Amino acid sequence: MAFAIQFTIDVLSLGGAYALMALGLVIVYGILRLVNFAYGELIMVAGYTMFLASGSGLPWIIMALLAVVMAIVFGILTDYVAFRPVRAKSVTAVLITSFAFSNLLQNAALLFISPRPRNVPLPEIFSQTVTIGGAITPVRNLITIAASIVLLAAVAFLMRKTTLGIAMRAAATNFTMARMLGVPANLIISSAFALSGFLAGVVGILWIGRIGTVVPGVGLEPLLVAFIATVIGGMRSLPGAVVGGFLLALIDTTLNYTLSQDLLKFRDAFTFSLVILILLWRPQGLIKGPASGQRT
Amino acid sequence: MLDISDLSVSYGTIRAVRGISFTVGKGELVSLLGANGAGKSSTIKCIAGALKASGGSITLEGRDITAASPEQVVRAGLATVPETRDVFPDLTVAENLMLGAYIHRRDQAGNRENLDRLHTLFPRLAERSHQPAGTLSGGEQQMLVIARALMSRPTVLLLDEPSLGLAPAIVERIFEMIETLKKSGLTILLVEQNVNQALAVADRAYVMRLGAIVTSGTADEIRATSDLSAHYLGG
Ligand SMILES: Nc1ncnc2c1ncn2[C@@H]1O[C@H](COP(=O)(O)OP(=O)(O)OP(=O)(O)O)[C@@H](O)[C@H]1O
Ligand SMILES: [Mg+2]
Repeated sequence: MAFAIQFTIDVLSLGGAYALMALGLVIVYGILRLVNFAYGELIMVAGYTMFLASGSGLPWIIMALLAVVMAIVFGILTDYVAFRPVRAKSVTAVLITSFAFSNLLQNAALLFISPRPRNVPLPEIFSQTVTIGGAITPVRNLITIAASIVLLAAVAFLMRKTTLGIAMRAAATNFTMARMLGVPANLIISSAFALSGFLAGVVGILWIGRIGTVVPGVGLEPLLVAFIATVIGGMRSLPGAVVGGFLLALIDTTLNYTLSQDLLKFRDAFTFSLVILILLWRPQGLIKGPASGQRT
Repeated sequence: MLDISDLSVSYGTIRAVRGISFTVGKGELVSLLGANGAGKSSTIKCIAGALKASGGSITLEGRDITAASPEQVVRAGLATVPETRDVFPDLTVAENLMLGAYIHRRDQAGNRENLDRLHTLFPRLAERSHQPAGTLSGGEQQMLVIARALMSRPTVLLLDEPSLGLAPAIVERIFEMIETLKKSGLTILLVEQNVNQALAVADRAYVMRLGAIVTSGTADEIRATSDLSAHYLGG
C-alpha cells in the first residue's frame, strides 16, 4: 500500500512538472509551428533570478514571483529577438535564431555568473517530508502536484473561456483567418510567449527546487522532456502535451523502480525505446491536434 | 466606397493579377466573374490584406489600405469571406461568431443584438450554437463564415464563391441571403462561378481573364455579351 501511494505521488509530481514544461513549449509551437529552442533558458532565467535575489532579504515568495516575472519577460524577449525579425522569412532562419538566443543566454550566464552550480534559496518546506499511509513523501512533491493542478486548470480556463484564449486557439488552426477577423497577430504571439514564459518560470522553481542549485545548462533536460512529451502527446494539441507529460513521467518512474542499479544508468535509453515504440504505433502522437492550417 | 486602381499581385514570378482597376459604389453589389485561375481569389485576398500587392492601390472610403494588415482592414470596415470556407473547426459555432465580433469585444450589448439578428437570418446556426464548427455540413459552414464576417459589422463585404460545392437548394438560399444583405444597404463584392445567379443579384459585373479585366458593365450588359461563356471555357 505504502508503495502504491509513493509510486502514485512520484508519477503525479514528476508528471505535473513534465506536463507544465510540455504545455509551455506546445503553446508557442501550436501557433507558430516552430519549436522554441530557447525554452529551456527561460527555466535557467528563473533559477538565476532566484540566485541573484537571494541576498536581497526579500521574502521567498516575492523572490519566486520575481523569478516568474523574469521568465515571462525573457519569453516575450525571445519573440522580439529571435522570432519576430525573421518569422516571415523562413523556418530555418527561426530555428537558427532560437538556437542562437539559447546559446547567448547560456553564455551570458557562464560569463557573468559562473559555470559552477549556484545555490537557489528554498523555503524550509521544500526539504520537509510527511508520511502519507506509511509512505515518506517530500512536501515538495505535494506542492508540485498542487501547483500543476492549479496551473493546468487555469490554462484550461484561459484557453476555453476567455476571448484571448479562444482567439489563441483559433490562431493555432488558421492564423490568417483569425487576423482577417481583427485578431492582432502580434498580440497573439506575444501572449503565447508570455504564457510559455509563465509556465517555464513556475516549473523552473519547482524543478530547480529538486536539486537546489542552478547551472547554465539547467534548461537542457526540461527542453528535452518537454519536446519528447509533446511528440508523444501530439505536437499540436494542448491536452496531448499534458497527457504526454504524465505518460513520460509514468515511464520514467516505472523504470526507476524496476531497473536494477546497473541498468539505471541506461534509463534514458529504455525511455527512448518506449517512445519510439509509441511513435511507431501512433506517428501523429496520441492526441490529434486541431485541423492543420498554414504556417504563418 | 472601394476603389481598386492598377492592382497587381504576384506569387514569386507568377503574375496572378496584372494591373486591374475597378470600383464598388456605396450599397452596390458588384460581381467579379472569371474562369478558374483568372485571379479572382488573389484579388480578394489582396484587398483583405492577406496578400501583399506588388503594385497599384486599394482605397476604402478615401483611405489607402494597400499596405494594411488583415486586422487593420477589418477594423476599417471591410470583412472577407474567403473561398476556403475557413471555420475554426474545433471551436463551437458560438465561439466562431464571438471571434467575428473581436473588434467590438467591449460592446457586449451591441454584439448580442447583432447575434440575435443573425440568428433570425440563419436559424440553423442558433440551433447548432454549442456544436464544434467542424461538425457542420458544408452549407452550414458557409452560413457560419458569412455570419461570422457580419459580426464585425462591416460596411463592405467580400464574398469569394459562397456557392462553391453546395447543393442547388442551398445555393438558392445563399443567394436569397445575399439579396437580403444587399437590401440592408451593405456594399458587396461577390466572386462567383455561378454566372447566371450572380448576375441575377448583381448591379454591375467585371469579368477577369488571366489576371486582367476583359469586360465590365451592368449585369444586363454582361448577360448580353455573347462571348461570356468563351471567357469561362477558354480559361
Ligand atoms: N499560393 C500560390 N502560389 C503560387 N501561385 C498561386 C498561388 N495561389 C494562386 N496562384 C496562381 O494564381 C493564379 C490565380 O489564382 P486565383 O486563386 O486567384 O484564381 P481564381 O480566379 O480565384 O480561381 P478559382 O475560380 O479556381 O478559385 C492561378 O494561376 C494560380 O495558379
Ligand atoms: Mg478562387
